[in-house]
Amino acid sequence: MTDTRIEPVDPSLIAKSDTPARPKRQGNRFLQTTRRLFMNRGAGIGVIVIVLLFAFAFLGPLVSPWQYSQIDYTAFTRPPSATHWFGTNGIGQDVFSQTARGMQKSLLIGLLVAVFSTAIAAITGAAAGYFGGWVDRIVMFFVDMLLVLPSFLIIAIISPRIQNAGWIVLVVLITLFGWMITARVVRSMTLSVKEREFVRAARYMGIGPFRIIFRHVLPNVASFLIIDGTIQVATAVLGETTLSYFGFGVQSPDVSLGTLIAQNQDNALTSPWLFYFAAGALVVFAIAANLIGDGLRDALDPTSTTGKREKRNRRRDQNQAAVDVAALNTQAGSGA
Amino acid sequence: MVASMIRFLARRFVYYVVLVFLATSLTYFLASATFSPRSVYAQRNPAPSAQVIDAKLDDIGVNDKTPVVIRYGHWLDGVVHGDLGQTIQDRSVNDQFFPRLGVSLRLLVVGSIAGIVLGVLVGVWNAIRQYKISDRVSAAISIVLFSTPVFLTAVILKISATKLNQDAGSQLINFTGEATPGLDGSAWTLLVDRGAHLLLPTISIALGLIAIYSRYQRATMLDVLGSDFLRTARAKGLTRGRATFKHGLRTALIPMTTLFAYGFLGILTGATLTEQIFAWNGLGSWFIDAVNGNDVNVVTAYTLFAAVVVLISGFLADVATAALDPRVRRA
Repeated sequence: MTDTRIEPVDPSLIAKSDTPARPKRQGNRFLQTTRRLFMNRGAGIGVIVIVLLFAFAFLGPLVSPWQYSQIDYTAFTRPPSATHWFGTNGIGQDVFSQTARGMQKSLLIGLLVAVFSTAIAAITGAAAGYFGGWVDRIVMFFVDMLLVLPSFLIIAIISPRIQNAGWIVLVVLITLFGWMITARVVRSMTLSVKEREFVRAARYMGIGPFRIIFRHVLPNVASFLIIDGTIQVATAVLGETTLSYFGFGVQSPDVSLGTLIAQNQDNALTSPWLFYFAAGALVVFAIAANLIGDGLRDALDPTSTTGKREKRNRRRDQNQAAVDVAALNTQAGSGA
Repeated sequence: MVASMIRFLARRFVYYVVLVFLATSLTYFLASATFSPRSVYAQRNPAPSAQVIDAKLDDIGVNDKTPVVIRYGHWLDGVVHGDLGQTIQDRSVNDQFFPRLGVSLRLLVVGSIAGIVLGVLVGVWNAIRQYKISDRVSAAISIVLFSTPVFLTAVILKISATKLNQDAGSQLINFTGEATPGLDGSAWTLLVDRGAHLLLPTISIALGLIAIYSRYQRATMLDVLGSDFLRTARAKGLTRGRATFKHGLRTALIPMTTLFAYGFLGILTGATLTEQIFAWNGLGSWFIDAVNGNDVNVVTAYTLFAAVVVLISGFLADVATAALDPRVRRA
């Protein structure tokens, strides 16, 4: 796991052209990608579901007549009805408003973590791969060390002590432990992009290293970053809910899907609406995000032959990068 | 060839040991900086005097009036001599560590082996029968499992078991704790009892692993199935099954070893959470209680355990890679 050999990279993940993409063509590529994404049935459903969940999380509280912390003294533990769409909990709070609020918090945290950790991974990984030498060694050492530390443990140690600072701290902490594997993949892709003619040409023209990284290297790993970022959102949401479930994440009186599941798990048999709306929202969201990630992988991969047997003809070594990407998902599955 | 392989593994081993040392030290400093052991005693009723608290904290080695570097030095000295220090209640960490280690390892080992073996088998089966119904159903099931965090799987299993027990009117599935307290009987009865308690926690851990590993095993296996060397193996007269398993599976497992090594961190976290949910007296639930109880030494002991487990799994993955892939041995 701490292998520092050059990892073979799946060339299909690196943009094919030997010239850097021009902005005008990117517009076309964006359209093309979107079209290909919607042609993938799973990803199309995923996008629709995500849009609906966002609408639920951000518009739901505006539509609902109840605030998430408001108590209706006339309805304790009521099943879903016309007044309380998802029913009420034991102290008369509206489950619809609570689930929407929890979803909102989880989505915000997930999105922010995905953006920040992908940015950190892109910059550190590209720098490590491009500069090599001691920059590489330092970055990879941090990557390896943070990978040995189970992030859940460290966040659990720090988080309860600084809960006054609010959920933004949680974003910082999850980000801090979320960038390493992506950085490893970006590094190995950079090693391969670095040797291409247009990067050499830029270097011989006297363009500075940072400019080369931002103008030539990163655009060529952008496909991977977009795919990875999508899956990171799901990973971060699962991580956040896990932390919140154990009381190490979002703190009361604020709610997240994790705290809602924790509060209501014991009532799941007697009053199922308390448990299954929150749990269902979480799982449906993660499934949709993963479907979009898969769809993007197919749409952005120029050699993609979804559903055809040609895939078998790839060389075996190229699996390494795919498995590195897979390792990201492993952590998603375990929820931290 | 063997010598170079040993050199390769020795170099990796030294690297892992340095990482474990740094990771554990970092946790010690983090926990020392954020925990407040003093509050544990100051909140007692009646509150002990300041001197008594200081003496007690000095005894345990967590007095915040001593500079953290000196405390760390004492702690490190103890660890080097095989003593993990005192809990916040001034009991030996070692005394509780080893019984709990047994409990945790039971879950970890059974859960991860079940997950990895079944995951690989399902993956190979799906690859051989690509685009058949079984493959599509597996894909659908695994994306659902994959999107469910371990804690939710565990909670849902627990709820289902409760329902089942209610409907049956008797305790069909035991899921609280790692053994029935106060159960007497032959060694066999005790073993069966522990096995029954192991059921749900193991399933919680294994389900997610099967979902992930089967998908990637399927992908690596598909790449191998179309390769030239497999055609050669068939051409020289091997049966399809023999060629697939002897030449195909072996090659397809190489990239998976990296995944197993990375994945172990996730398995460990999953086991920590599962222990807490099923009220097992393992190291994981001890850790969670220790975080809530401001117990620096227990938290660090657990991180040491976690880092060593990750180290061992990383090392085993390297050994497996070296054993499966002759090119690594020659490097």
